[in-house]
Amino acid sequence: MVREAAHTLKKSLLWDLLTTVDHKKIAILYLIAGTLFFGKAGLMAILIRIQLMIPENTFVTGQTYNELLSMHGTIMLFLAATPLLFAFMNYLIPLQIGARDVAFPFLNALGFWFFFFGGILLSLSWFFGGAPDAGWTAYVPLSSRDYAGIGLDFYVLGLQISGFGTLISGINFIVTIITMRAPGMTLLRMPLFCWNSFITSILIVFGFTPLAAGLALLMLDRMFDGQFFLAAAGGNAVIWPHIFWIFGHPEVYILVLPAFGMISEIIPVFSKKRLFGYTAMVFATILIGFLGFMVWVHHMFTLNLGPITNSIFAILTMLIGVPTGIKIFNWLFTMWGGKLRFTTAMLCASSFVPTFVLGGVTGIMLAMSPVTHLYHDTYFVVAHFHYIILGGIVLGILGATYYWYPKMFGHCLNETLGKWMFWIFYIGFHLTFFIQHILGLIGMPRRVNVYLADQGWDGMNLISSIGAFMQGLAIILLLINVIYSAMKRPNHPVDDPWDGRALEWATHTPVPEYNFAQVPQVRSLDPLFYEKIHGDGTMKPSEPLADIHMPNGSFLPFMIALGSFIAGFGLIMKHMDAWINPYIVVVLGLLVMFGSMAVRSWKEDHGYHITKENVEAMEREALADERNR
Amino acid sequence: MSETVDVSKGLPAHPERATLEGKNKFVGFWVFLSGEVTMFATFFGTYLGLRNGTAGGPEAADLFHMPLVFIMTMILLTSSLTSVIAITAMKKNQFKKMKLWMWITFFLGVAFLGFEIYEFVEYVHYGLGFSTSAFASSFYSLVGLHGAHVVFGLGWVLLLLIRYNRAGITLTNAPKFYMFSLYWHFIDVVWVFIFTVVYLMGIGGG
Repeated sequence: MVREAAHTLKKSLLWDLLTTVDHKKIAILYLIAGTLFFGKAGLMAILIRIQLMIPENTFVTGQTYNELLSMHGTIMLFLAATPLLFAFMNYLIPLQIGARDVAFPFLNALGFWFFFFGGILLSLSWFFGGAPDAGWTAYVPLSSRDYAGIGLDFYVLGLQISGFGTLISGINFIVTIITMRAPGMTLLRMPLFCWNSFITSILIVFGFTPLAAGLALLMLDRMFDGQFFLAAAGGNAVIWPHIFWIFGHPEVYILVLPAFGMISEIIPVFSKKRLFGYTAMVFATILIGFLGFMVWVHHMFTLNLGPITNSIFAILTMLIGVPTGIKIFNWLFTMWGGKLRFTTAMLCASSFVPTFVLGGVTGIMLAMSPVTHLYHDTYFVVAHFHYIILGGIVLGILGATYYWYPKMFGHCLNETLGKWMFWIFYIGFHLTFFIQHILGLIGMPRRVNVYLADQGWDGMNLISSIGAFMQGLAIILLLINVIYSAMKRPNHPVDDPWDGRALEWATHTPVPEYNFAQVPQVRSLDPLFYEKIHGDGTMKPSEPLADIHMPNGSFLPFMIALGSFIAGFGLIMKHMDAWINPYIVVVLGLLVMFGSMAVRSWKEDHGYHITKENVEAMEREALADERNR
Repeated sequence: MSETVDVSKGLPAHPERATLEGKNKFVGFWVFLSGEVTMFATFFGTYLGLRNGTAGGPEAADLFHMPLVFIMTMILLTSSLTSVIAITAMKKNQFKKMKLWMWITFFLGVAFLGFEIYEFVEYVHYGLGFSTSAFASSFYSLVGLHGAHVVFGLGWVLLLLIRYNRAGITLTNAPKFYMFSLYWHFIDVVWVFIFTVVYLMGIGGG
């Protein structure tokens, strides 16, 4: 096979994955790691719901419950949702803008390994004296050295390291979209998924850096007796919630914007219409990103920052409803009069719309600062943000999985199993969380591990738990579907099963490592669909066939991230009965990290070329494959 | 933009972004610096919120002395200027001149760092330990973060200067030197804010 002429196939699978800088393989790594963390945090949610199923349950202790709750939130946001979205961003951005790779393939791998080692570090907390137990927000003084155990050390350093990874990837996506677009791919011809990823990446750059600063402060407080947050020495505990939510609110949009992008890709394809109000969608996205930085105080209404502050932030918060409403209506108008096909992907995408509206409406309710005193710290808030995160982000990711799976793995997922999964998940989701609105309104506080019987909460909690089990079942069905579909896959991979509109469907499946033999010339929005209508259905090349320059794989990203992991673990060892001086470990880790960076800087790596002849042979082979189908 | 650039007739006008890789680095580094801005802003905000929390320990007005800070500021501003001269020389393909001015930048940076360490040691002698008060913690972490950036920058430029000691200016190393100079300017700008917010307001009591 000529395809083996390409570099990477000479490596063993493990070594290839450890050293790859190919955005498609890194995407798969993100997908696998994100799914594992998702499964882990989902299991924690199930344990939480088992504990709350009946009044005064003794299934887990209060301490374990706090740890489960904190880890569930932390993992879901930082280590499950983020990498799952990054998987799709990594895979799709270069394909959709007609590029051969991201701008910095090396940094792409580095971002993944930072995320991975950060996640591992956080997870190690279970084995070294207990997980973080101060909630995912880790409010001081609860998370300070006086009250929280070693788990919080794992929290600050694990998140710091995985945050580096997220930041690096964010910068990479921004530059990729700015400089690497194919000829004719103007900004306003870019698929909405790329636009949303672009805005998300900007939010990452301005959101994760305050988080890094805040985590550094908390780390200094815990490890080196800093006095930032403890009032006794002049510190101020309110600084932490400010910093955390200056990051934390944009984080919500960091997660939901790519999901918006996925929905905006799926709905036009299965409505066979171009997206309604494309330009309005783009500007709504920009506006949401902009406003997302101006609303953080709505998480702190009950901290009593004064009526003027609260009013301003309440109004700004409600303003976000406007661009989001624009998006909702544009999705509805895209479906209006379209030739609708309800595949699993479309079921997820279209049901996303009303679910997200429900979450948005409760969001407006929560934005009313006087009334928030009533909702604050009740299950109403829990219901609200799960409608956004599960009803928004997870439905988006599930839809995207069914939609892009054939491009990533060469075969579709089974539709029957998919529809079973969808309906079980959808019904289970509403069972779990709709009823929590009512539980919150009648006074059930969040973050409690037990409650007394006969307050009118028993039945509703039971229903909520049953819904959670259904969602668990749905995810198991998805995994079964992955295995089943792989066993039943057709002999030949599928290229364009959904009649796609964007550039990723113009590539061969499996996508060759150079993506496009010749970078395509883009003539319109939905470029592939334009060619299907106005051309011969294939993209016109924008350049002659020539040698293709590719980056070399490298083991250094793994080493740099490993070094940061060792250094982080060394710092945590300060709070253990270690047989070795923790600073020796820290210095060792830093040496590995900065040493690997120096090696990277020292060794000029100019990559390699796939010769024109090899490209031609590979293309011929792929075309012959397609004709045989 | 083409992957290869013809350099047979000398370097192009902007060797730091003549290749796609260089251009990517150029854009990416600006994005990175904008992220750094928000990170420093968070540290500045923390300092502003906590600078009066001295808990009976030394206060800003007792500690800071204008002459020392003035000298440090001048050294760092000058090092920024010398890095500009070096980059101008780079664009004119004058390798030796660039190297000379980069080395001067490096030594000015070392001098600045020496003063900063001296400053911190003095303050500790004066009774301002890291855990003395919220003011102390936020002061040391803000100025210390800047100092850590200086250390990283010095290590970086040292590595570049040794690695490319005899290489001449190429389209591969021009972006590297240019990114360093951007980074160095950024450090300088941060210091200007530290000078104003920490030292001037500390001495003036603002």
